[in-house]
Amino acid sequence: MFARFISMTTQVPGDALVSLNAVNKHYGQLHVLKDINLNVRKGEVVVVIGPSGSGKSTLCRAINRLETIDTGEIAIDGKKLPEEGKELARLRADVGMVFQSFNLFAHKTILENVTLGPIKVKGLSKAEADKEAMALLERVGVGHQAPKLPAQLSGGQQQRVAIARALAMKPKVMLFDEPTSALDPEMINEVLDVMIQLAKEGMTMIVVTHEMGFARKAADRVVFMADGQIVEDATPEEFFTNPKSNRAKDFLSKLLTH
Amino acid sequence: MDVIIENLPLYWEGFLRTLFLSVVSGAIALVLGTLLAAARVSPVAALRGFSMTYVEVLRNTPLTIAFFFAAIVLPRLGVRFEQFEVAAIIALSTYTAAFIAEAVRSGVNSVHVGQAEAARSIGMQFGQVLSLIILPQALRTVIPPLINILIALTKNSSVAGAFFVLELFGYGRQLANANGDQVMTVLLGVAFFYLLITVPLGILASTVERKVAISR
Repeated sequence: MFARFISMTTQVPGDALVSLNAVNKHYGQLHVLKDINLNVRKGEVVVVIGPSGSGKSTLCRAINRLETIDTGEIAIDGKKLPEEGKELARLRADVGMVFQSFNLFAHKTILENVTLGPIKVKGLSKAEADKEAMALLERVGVGHQAPKLPAQLSGGQQQRVAIARALAMKPKVMLFDEPTSALDPEMINEVLDVMIQLAKEGMTMIVVTHEMGFARKAADRVVFMADGQIVEDATPEEFFTNPKSNRAKDFLSKLLTH
Repeated sequence: MDVIIENLPLYWEGFLRTLFLSVVSGAIALVLGTLLAAARVSPVAALRGFSMTYVEVLRNTPLTIAFFFAAIVLPRLGVRFEQFEVAAIIALSTYTAAFIAEAVRSGVNSVHVGQAEAARSIGMQFGQVLSLIILPQALRTVIPPLINILIALTKNSSVAGAFFVLELFGYGRQLANANGDQVMTVLLGVAFFYLLITVPLGILASTVERKVAISR
């Protein structure tokens, strides 16, 4: 009951940290985002799931304008996403992003990967940035890898560094775009553990993933997308035990049989 | 052989001039070419257009035309040089910059797009993304083609000899005229001194390539 009450109050855009309002996007003929409305409150963990090609990654990337949208409005902490430029850069600094392919800066050490943003964007001193970065790297369990280059680390370690790099900017919200999809099975948990910890600490998170275990454990809400639309928006409990749409039922049945 | 040994000071003087022309023009071309490449990938359409036009014009016309412009047309437009060498440097560097720009651009394209996305998503602006993330990686991958271009530049500097700049080739021509019976030897000497610049460049290319190769 209580959970349902919370999920209903989130529909009020006023207190939303991230809000998408009637967002549409086309790739040529393909209508990838169809009239998307989504509000995420501070501290909320929203997991976006759905079959591939459903537009969930595009949705995630649109939130920090790595993808532009055709119509509609996206706002972060009440501020509408600006056009490309200084304003957008400033806003992006408040939105952490973790990619499927890690995207650590290949020519920088692990430590430099984490300190680059704080030094160059926030203007921190190197000493201060180093100290904070080391604390973050310790927190995600890769402190001893600090002087190495990204290619010397395993996928799971690289992704944890990528999370530390995003956290170093002290973001208001973290976006995860299939953070474990490029990982070997035995490395998935080490990344999910870090994410679950983050969720517990109250970070606002939007997570596109295929990890249903994570959705059950850490999500406040599950958003199910298919064919560019949000088909269901429910608590994990509700969604996994009692999906309403046939599309979701079909999707879940395919997952659970394996 | 005697003609080379007797005129060694002259050869040396020419060698130093050629080296000077190549190093100065090379440095200017590297900077200008990188700026042109940056303009080519910038979000500003006017910059992209300028860069593209510049590269297409300079790359597709003979170097001699660049020299004629620098040595003859520019002075008529009121740009006066104390020495023809300045004109030679202008011609060589503007011409070579077009090739450098294309090489650097191909390097920029070879850097995974995720690198730029990650940089943008931590709040970096276009200039920072380019100078801190993209170019350092791009330049490493294009060092071999860049050195090829610098080798071509060194050899192209011989055109300056035809525009009253006394460099290696210019002196070589003087010597060949003065020693009509030993033209072959004189020219072999000239070739040797060019190799003295270009071969080490080639060796440098492969060493640097091995050293800075980044694994992904």
